[in-house]
Amino acid sequence: MKTAYGRSLPRRKARPGHKRGLKAWLYLLPAILFLGFFMVYPLVDVLIYSFEEGYNSASQTFLGVGTYNYSYVLHDPYFLQAVKNTFVLVIITVPVSTGLALLISLGLNSIKKLKELYQTVYFLPYVTNTLAVGLVFMILFKKTPYTDGMVNLLIGLFGGKSVDFIDGPHWAKMFVLCFYTVWVVLPFKILILTSALASVKQDYYNAAKVDGTGKWRIFTRITLPMISPMIFYLVITGFIGAFKAYSDAVALFGTNLNAAGMNTIVGYVYDMLYGDSGGFPSYASAAALILFAIVFTITVINLAISRRRAIY
Amino acid sequence: MKVTLRELTKEFPSRNKKSKEKVVAVNNFTFEIPDGKLVGLLGPSGCGKSTTLNLISGLEKPTRGRVFFGEEDVTDLPPEVRGVGLVFQNYALYPHMTVLQNILFPLQNLKGDKKLTKEQMLQKANEAAKLVQIGELLERRPSELSGGQQQRVAIARALVKMPRILLLDEPLSNLDARLRLQTREELRRIQRETGITTVFVTHDQEEAMSISDMIVVMRSGVLEQLGLPQDVYDDPENLFVAKFLGTPPINVFAGEVKNGGLYIGKQRVLSVRGAGDGSVTVGIRPEGFIPREGGALTCGLTAVEVMGRDTSVVCTHPNSLNSGIRAIISSESRHGVGGDTVSFDLKPSKVHLFGVVNENRIRAELTPPESEAGA
Repeated sequence: MKTAYGRSLPRRKARPGHKRGLKAWLYLLPAILFLGFFMVYPLVDVLIYSFEEGYNSASQTFLGVGTYNYSYVLHDPYFLQAVKNTFVLVIITVPVSTGLALLISLGLNSIKKLKELYQTVYFLPYVTNTLAVGLVFMILFKKTPYTDGMVNLLIGLFGGKSVDFIDGPHWAKMFVLCFYTVWVVLPFKILILTSALASVKQDYYNAAKVDGTGKWRIFTRITLPMISPMIFYLVITGFIGAFKAYSDAVALFGTNLNAAGMNTIVGYVYDMLYGDSGGFPSYASAAALILFAIVFTITVINLAISRRRAIY
Repeated sequence: MKVTLRELTKEFPSRNKKSKEKVVAVNNFTFEIPDGKLVGLLGPSGCGKSTTLNLISGLEKPTRGRVFFGEEDVTDLPPEVRGVGLVFQNYALYPHMTVLQNILFPLQNLKGDKKLTKEQMLQKANEAAKLVQIGELLERRPSELSGGQQQRVAIARALVKMPRILLLDEPLSNLDARLRLQTREELRRIQRETGITTVFVTHDQEEAMSISDMIVVMRSGVLEQLGLPQDVYDDPENLFVAKFLGTPPINVFAGEVKNGGLYIGKQRVLSVRGAGDGSVTVGIRPEGFIPREGGALTCGLTAVEVMGRDTSVVCTHPNSLNSGIRAIISSESRHGVGGDTVSFDLKPSKVHLFGVVNENRIRAELTPPESEAGA
């Protein structure tokens, strides 16, 4: 995957070739060794596992070669649930977190007093452990025999019915997971977007102001296009990150995610390897490659769109 | 549209938070820019030129004083309703829009009864593009243009909405020397064709002198002198203005007025009437030297630089306050200049006297020394 390393090979015409090429490879050797050993080899291995049917890791034997692993995974209701959960998570959290981050960054950019303080406060969740944040969310949302949890108390205050967010209906659990994910990814996005906003030169705004441009028009015609490369960066990495979500769900719902109906694709892979129902590296490999295919496709689409839209 | 600044003052809070002292960028400015003129706002960097421009455009609010466009007091109006076009030093063209989109942008902002149809906008944009001669570049992006072309686009964008006043902040400083000459002629032409009152800021006195109808010389927020470029050059009110205008710069000497004569060192170089005896600072324009054997002022000769039409004579004098004296003489009169020393007669009209302490001009009648001897 890291073919970019290949591109850094010197290709100058000034000094003719072989010796220089050899030297370049020599310099690259440590990186190639490490990457080959820890990245390329495992990747190839995963690919092989995914086509070996009935593979047994203890005896290192398998029954045959074929696509059964894929077909099993694609027909496994747990996997389908995990795919559904992951997609919901991606579709909700990426736009919501990016949009929220943009709003907050715009706010941070427009205040003058205590700007640094606010920036620090908004960045704090980034340096907080996700499991610790998960615990806090549990306290906020979990129903126990003694209390309904903070959020339910609030809902009750406004006359609503209390909801079990951790062990209750699927939509409630999904809501908590999305809320949690947005909360966790927000600080980084705010950081990126505040610096992107700050890097837009004041002259552009002054020019627009002299020409009588309305605030909304300044935002859509100047600010947004100017920071669009950063927004695309955040959307692409956001998609990838959300597709790979796992620890967030564990932090909220514990390790038995299948039972909670809250599993993600990565969670499914993990369960297939080490979970209670685990010990099936072939299924895990097939699921991992399916995830890879999904992420790859989405990223290619994203890049294609961003190339067309972010023009300069 | 006539622009009047009345007792305009702009103070900024000091960068050093502990000191309460304010930085006065523009100090008690009063002057009037006549309608339809091209005015150069001239001064060294940091003297408040750009702040003055921003006060006229409305991007900055004055601490005190008023700004009038014609008879209308616009001091409290925001920039968008003042009807000014502003060209920024780095042009501030929107990089993600084409040239045409850049020029259309101000028109698309118009609201209410000023709102234009698409055809009208395109027509106006094309007119503006034609005026600055960038008609064939409309589909390009700013990054695909040269500095001079970007400059033109910026001017077209400022002109397209037919502003009452056109303001340019260091319009030529990002261009190379040849393009600068060409563009300043262009600026002059555009201003003449549109007849829009134009104010431009520059630190380059040559630029200001060459195209302005009127120049305003500033120093640390204070207006030093204003007038026709040639008048200001010929008749500076103080040493700063005299030094700031002219290339090569004016030559400055420590001199003395006594017995009705001006002395530099021991030599009586001119006769003086109307100035009290005492030490003075003498400014002599480079073109004020006439080489003549046995002339009134004798200097040590360093070098003779021939530059085609003119010849520049570099010399030294113990009373000189510059690092070197530079005299510009015509190439014909160069013959005979040689050896270790050179003597000059001085043109009285090119010699100015200034107070040693306050550096203000001492107005006195200067005449060649012979005339007195003959009288």
